[in-house]
Amino acid sequence: MTFFLITSIIKIIVVFTALMVGVAFLTWLERRVCAWMQDRLGPNRVGPQGLLQPAADGLKNLVKEETLPAEADKVLFMLAPAISFIPALLTFAVIPFAAPLPTPWGDVDMIVANLPVGFLYILAFGSLGVYGIVLAGWSSNNKYALLGGLRASAQMISYEIALGMSTVAVLLLAGNVTLTEVVAKQSQSLATWNIFPLSLAFFIFIVAAFAETNRLPFDLPEAESELIAGYHAEYSAMKFSMFYIAEYSNMVTASALMATLFFGGFDIPFTQWDNVPPWTVLKTLATLGAFLIKTGFFLFFFIWVRWTLPRFRYDQLMALGWKVMLPFALLYVSVIATVVWVLRARLGWAYDSRFALALFGVNLLLAVPLFFVLDRGHIVSGSTAEERA
Amino acid sequence: MAIGVKVMKRPGARASYVRATLQGMLLTLQHIFRPKVTMQYPEEKSTADWAIAPRWRGTHRMLTDEQGRAKCVACGLCPQICPANCIKLVPGEDEQGNRYPLIYEIDEFRCVFCGYCQEVCPEEAIHVGVHYENSEFSRDRFVYDLERLCAQTHPVSSLWDPSDPKGE
Repeated sequence: MTFFLITSIIKIIVVFTALMVGVAFLTWLERRVCAWMQDRLGPNRVGPQGLLQPAADGLKNLVKEETLPAEADKVLFMLAPAISFIPALLTFAVIPFAAPLPTPWGDVDMIVANLPVGFLYILAFGSLGVYGIVLAGWSSNNKYALLGGLRASAQMISYEIALGMSTVAVLLLAGNVTLTEVVAKQSQSLATWNIFPLSLAFFIFIVAAFAETNRLPFDLPEAESELIAGYHAEYSAMKFSMFYIAEYSNMVTASALMATLFFGGFDIPFTQWDNVPPWTVLKTLATLGAFLIKTGFFLFFFIWVRWTLPRFRYDQLMALGWKVMLPFALLYVSVIATVVWVLRARLGWAYDSRFALALFGVNLLLAVPLFFVLDRGHIVSGSTAEERA
Repeated sequence: MAIGVKVMKRPGARASYVRATLQGMLLTLQHIFRPKVTMQYPEEKSTADWAIAPRWRGTHRMLTDEQGRAKCVACGLCPQICPANCIKLVPGEDEQGNRYPLIYEIDEFRCVFCGYCQEVCPEEAIHVGVHYENSEFSRDRFVYDLERLCAQTHPVSSLWDPSDPKGE
């Protein structure tokens, strides 16, 4: 018990610090990558290559004046940044980030809390984050902020369903909601990484994750061109900064989730060396590296998409969510469930590469109608207005 | 649809979203590796394809004669034509009857850098210069007196010539 307490406290401190530093680093990366994509250099003055820029920004935000609108609901206005910030951090607690670390007193799981219901926990806290945004929008007593908050709630609800549905397929294959089990199930070979048997679930997940983290092309809650800054229009200094930390923590969590659910978590491809005891420090470090590379790629992907795609119109967002993503996710879950049942119960296949590749074939078949519908141009490129005489 | 957006009927290839998205992603990825156009200002002030224009109208400069005296004869044309009223001139006269400025001050804060003073000067004494870095720690440092105007060393502006509009 003492061992558990001590290791948990150490893990909490380490993960929290790493996450905060990562988030700070991410703001720098976002600005640099954005600049590179626009043929500029970006912030490169503070520290080597501008690496200390987040520190300078943080210091600035700490000493800036906090504004408090006279007509705002003071309690909720102060509370909202914390409400959006805390769930963003909490979600990371159940993500396994490396192979167990051996110590003289026993193995330590490299996960802050190895919850048996890890996945449900993520869904629960993922949807809590929207309360911060809605409350911020409402308590500001500002029409633009309120519109931003409204959009956030509508958007989150729409895409939460598609997100949940896409991950049902993952749980079908893993047969478990514990994330460590999901990772263990994927680590047999490269083909059993869920990206192959469940490619389209990944596609739905990544689209929904963009909507959930309020990133472009789905950043309607803060749409600068229409809503000034949306829900955080009235915020300044550190409270404003907290919304940003929340957004980036959500990005880190979403990226880590994609890596965990679809890309084998901390699994190193083409080898079984990292999946079997005896655990060594080297294995822990190597798997941690694999996890960081995968997560880092998705973080880069978030930034890459943000600086490429323009924002969706509100009706396009809703049409995509309700008319494409949700029905397709439902169809997808039923098809995958059927195929898994046929393969497992009828043909008696065990879960291995052959099983995964068979599912991959099904995905390829399903991808044809999905991308045909998406590419037709009528779903996302506009609504059909009746011609008025 | 409630918003009532009118949608053009376009061929599928142009209205497609997935293909356009992939093309866009490829484009932005390529731009990451392209040479950057940023000029790192305090270290480099001009690049191979950009330098400050010779017609730039910046910080003033008073030219001097061989004895190091200002060429100004205190004729009063520049304070007269100055649209921002930023030139203060008090004329004086020596024993030979030569006019010279007792006080000649230009307030760089009031100045709109039109260059009229240079155009109107019959002695080619006052000029606007090809120079832009004139920050100071206090406001009163922006009133340049005669001594300071004479001490400037930057090149003077070659103003736009209507008979030679392209500067050839």
